[in-house]
Amino acid sequence: MNLTLKIWRQKNANAQGKMVDYQISNVSPDMSFLEMLDVLNTELIEKGEEPVSFDHDCREGICGSCSLYINGEAHGPDRLITTCQLHMRKFKDGDTIYIEPWRAKAFPVIKDLIVDRSAFDRIQHAGGFISVNTSGNTQDANAIPIEKANADAAFDAATCIGCGACVASCKNSSAMLFVSAKVSQFALLPQGQIEATDRVMNMVNQMDAEGFGNCTNTGACEVECPKGISLENIARMNREYLKASFKG
Amino acid sequence: MALDSKIPQGPLADKWTRHKNEINLVNPANKRLIDVIVVGTGLAGGSAAATLAELGYNVKAFCFQDSPRRAHSIAAQGGINAAKNYQGDGDSTYRLFYDTVKGGDYRSREANVYRLAEVSANIIDQCVAQGVPFARDYGGLLDNRSFGGVLVSRTFYAKGQTGQQLLLGAYSAMNRQIGRGKIKMYNRHEMLDVVVVDGKARGIITRNLVTGEIERHSAHAVVLGTGGYGNVFFLSTNAMGSNVTAAWKAHKRGAYFANPCYTQIHPTCIPVSGDHQSKLTLMSESLRNDGRIWVPKHKKDVEAIRNKTLKPTDIKEEDRDYYLERRYPAFGNLVPRDVASRAAKERCDAGYGVNATGEAVYLDFASAIERYGKEQAHVKGLNENDAALVKKLGQEVVKTKYGNLFQMYEKIVDENPYETPMMIYPAVHYTMGGLWVDYNLQTTVPGLYAIGEANFSDHGANRLGASALMQGLADGYFVLPYTIGDYLSHDIRTGPISTDSKEFEEAENKVRSEIDHLINNNGSKPVDYFHKKLGKIMWNKCGMARNEKDLKSAIEEISQLREEFWKDVRVPGDANEFNEELAKAGRVADFLELGELFAKDALVREESAGGHFREEYQTEDGEAMRRKEFQFVSAWEYKGEPKDAVLHKEDLQYENIEVKERSYK
Amino acid sequence: MSGILNSSIGRKFAMALSALFLMVFLLQHFAINILSVFSENAFNEASHFMGTFWAVQFILQPILIIGIIFHFTMGIVLEIKNRKARQISYAKNNGAANSSWMSRNMIWTGLIIEGFLVVHMANIWWHEMMVKYINPQPVDATRYYEELVEHFQSPVIVGIYVVAFIFLALHLLHGFSSAFQSIGANNKYTRALKGFGKVYAIGIPAGFVFIALYHHFAH
Repeated sequence: MNLTLKIWRQKNANAQGKMVDYQISNVSPDMSFLEMLDVLNTELIEKGEEPVSFDHDCREGICGSCSLYINGEAHGPDRLITTCQLHMRKFKDGDTIYIEPWRAKAFPVIKDLIVDRSAFDRIQHAGGFISVNTSGNTQDANAIPIEKANADAAFDAATCIGCGACVASCKNSSAMLFVSAKVSQFALLPQGQIEATDRVMNMVNQMDAEGFGNCTNTGACEVECPKGISLENIARMNREYLKASFKG
Repeated sequence: MALDSKIPQGPLADKWTRHKNEINLVNPANKRLIDVIVVGTGLAGGSAAATLAELGYNVKAFCFQDSPRRAHSIAAQGGINAAKNYQGDGDSTYRLFYDTVKGGDYRSREANVYRLAEVSANIIDQCVAQGVPFARDYGGLLDNRSFGGVLVSRTFYAKGQTGQQLLLGAYSAMNRQIGRGKIKMYNRHEMLDVVVVDGKARGIITRNLVTGEIERHSAHAVVLGTGGYGNVFFLSTNAMGSNVTAAWKAHKRGAYFANPCYTQIHPTCIPVSGDHQSKLTLMSESLRNDGRIWVPKHKKDVEAIRNKTLKPTDIKEEDRDYYLERRYPAFGNLVPRDVASRAAKERCDAGYGVNATGEAVYLDFASAIERYGKEQAHVKGLNENDAALVKKLGQEVVKTKYGNLFQMYEKIVDENPYETPMMIYPAVHYTMGGLWVDYNLQTTVPGLYAIGEANFSDHGANRLGASALMQGLADGYFVLPYTIGDYLSHDIRTGPISTDSKEFEEAENKVRSEIDHLINNNGSKPVDYFHKKLGKIMWNKCGMARNEKDLKSAIEEISQLREEFWKDVRVPGDANEFNEELAKAGRVADFLELGELFAKDALVREESAGGHFREEYQTEDGEAMRRKEFQFVSAWEYKGEPKDAVLHKEDLQYENIEVKERSYK
Repeated sequence: MSGILNSSIGRKFAMALSALFLMVFLLQHFAINILSVFSENAFNEASHFMGTFWAVQFILQPILIIGIIFHFTMGIVLEIKNRKARQISYAKNNGAANSSWMSRNMIWTGLIIEGFLVVHMANIWWHEMMVKYINPQPVDATRYYEELVEHFQSPVIVGIYVVAFIFLALHLLHGFSSAFQSIGANNKYTRALKGFGKVYAIGIPAGFVFIALYHHFAH
């Protein structure tokens, strides 16, 4: 199929960017979206132009690197996938496709479609851990039985890949789904209780300091999340935060 | 230089304890005076960085991704082995050790493997304490599954995302130390050389991938946890960015490269769909717990399937060839990866491949769905003979076990694997070879350590499923942090290492001149052209089956391709900006050298062992034929060109295990 | 506890609490208004009680006014902050793909309701203030029904009323369940709660509209 691509091009963080049109032909429906961009880039290099920069690595939907806003949606029109898992069979011959970087003040553009998501890392530094040293003599793993429902819910929250689609699709650029996924994972496990108060306070404070917006419960994040992280986690974080506020 | 593996004396089971008791320690006050560089933040690098920081060392950690959490360990699916014997099925440290050595086709070092098995149980305890949400049963205790090549259930898992959960555990341990200021994290930094001062590794040269800046970083020791080199094949299950550069630069600075030809070709990957393909996707080995692998018995059915006039579900039971169950009744679909891959290749080469390219076999869940469905119907007191109900219940069970893998398959292939069997084919997945290390995980360059997939140590010629995660975390959490202390104890009075020495100068200049060459080359072909071409040579001539003639021609072809690369590669853009093509060019340049050494190693190893299958050396029924005279580790010393590399041999002694024919029949 | 209103979660918690309070008030307001359809006397009695009982007049009424002003101000503060969190907007954004129109336009539906409240206060509440405190008239416990009927004779007022309540319904369609999510209530009852929220969000405004139309056409 033949497509028109409208892609955000921006030389570096300080440069002005703009949307640029590209034509691409002979796109196979079996290609992934990123493979389609590979083809475009090969053509650009052969023409002596600069290829389009985008983040990508594992190309199997788990590393969380890829991050494109495609036709007005994070990771494109398909559900429960990342951009690397989006296939061209979701598009039709003659389509025009808008490709933009995540947009948020807390995610400044580095180049073209690549943004700086280190704000997410800093939120994790603030409290996304359980303080246990590596000693080789922690208690036996089965000494802490955990109700299956809680273990499963903790796992579901823990599957967050930190891609930032939640921030990108939220009209307020809120990072609540991301932060709540980590807070929930530990809130659901007995190991996480000891530091629960400090964890949620520190992580939320860092989230606010990074310049993310507030949650207004539109639910866009949950719909666009490639791992289907539930809004329940945000409610749980709200509870944890309020509990911590009144306690602290 | 003679290879000294520094295996401690004494009985196998006591070696590690005794060694820990005897090596030197660094007191806590002195640890604050010592810097350690850790390159790579996957399971090995991430866990090592966190643990070293907990101990009190000043750690500088580097990764080329935008966050440590994106290291490719995250993509490991199935699980992690540990000799916990929670299932009471007779597992023990010795059995895990035995299975690993046998699985590796008797080409790994006994003492290392035993230590790995010994610390495996600690890993699970540690991870649970960190909040890693492993799968649990209804009693709230940890669940296990089985993996290939073993007869017990010792694999701990978190659905099909075990690697992700373990990596995020290590990442969280790192985050705690980053927050405390004990780890300084350098994201989007690529290591481009090791700096050796007075014979010791004292730092690295990196390129900031955002600004293009070339930086010098010094430390008292350097640890490489930079993963494997499967991307030398271009198409592999590795991430796009996975590369050999760090390990290769270390090799060029004096670290021996061991067993480069030992590559794991994983049997269950989604087949190639066309020339545009950029990578291959793995379907976890855990699927072989419940999936049955088959091809049609008759060529006419194969033809009909390829023409799409027949559906696989329409082929009768008696017209199917469950070739693994037929050839290996004892282990069936759960034979080790090398065996399963070769068997798939054998059937496809014989003309029984089931997709358009003839390179695919079926992985079928219909019987598992029926089995689970009946079980559920029985448990719930429903009609076990209602086929539709049984199917529905069975699909639900399969969904809870493998849901994310099935979804992944459906998105890529656009077929529903609950209804029709998956199509799979082997693909490059893991490299057992890597930097040669001694028992302390130190390379032949003092102060330079290699951990995880980057080293060669524990898997011999073939790695068992769910053992990569185990090794990465064992090295990073429980082995390296102790053994490195022995070396660093001599550095307590050294003080900070200056980056102004001539050695740093020389290394930086070398890096700069290579980058300048690539940027100013003005060739005509993009980097991928060379990478794809290299991949084709590797796959066709150094892939699942190798022979002398092909290997010799591969060496020739790779060497020519390398020459062409340096003459004709085109790298657009500048050196002083974000430039992915430049980064790729540097990586492919190193693959083009490694690839040749790989072929050379495969040529020299005139036997078949594990993932290395030489057509000249096979038994009558087509199984790998090992040769006693090759019971050694090949460690290659760099001498300028890959063809000039010098082979050093580390003989492998088996005192606690009887070396037998490796049979899974 | 200090500075809870400086945190994102604290602000949305406060927003939700004020919303829940306003929704309770709305229900009570509706309960009294609907009496007018069934019984003139009952309506007059209830209105007179609300208009004269000291606790309502001097405790609940100020709280209500503060609640409205707080909800309004905080809504604007949040909107400004949220807009700042994305400085460059998307060239193409398909919001409808992942969220409801109502959830994305709370600020607009809210502002329209606020505009209505100004008119409403000027018409009715200000009148009450005049009659009771500023320019006291003799107490007449039966004037409420007549005033109500008269109020709804104007087609303009009824028109504004209908439009405002449509926007209130849109506001509540998201706001009701959103308030519960914000205070951390998301559990097995959420589905039922959301269903009830829809009934409330449509039923109450429809009821108000019905009352207005009823009196407009019945007299």
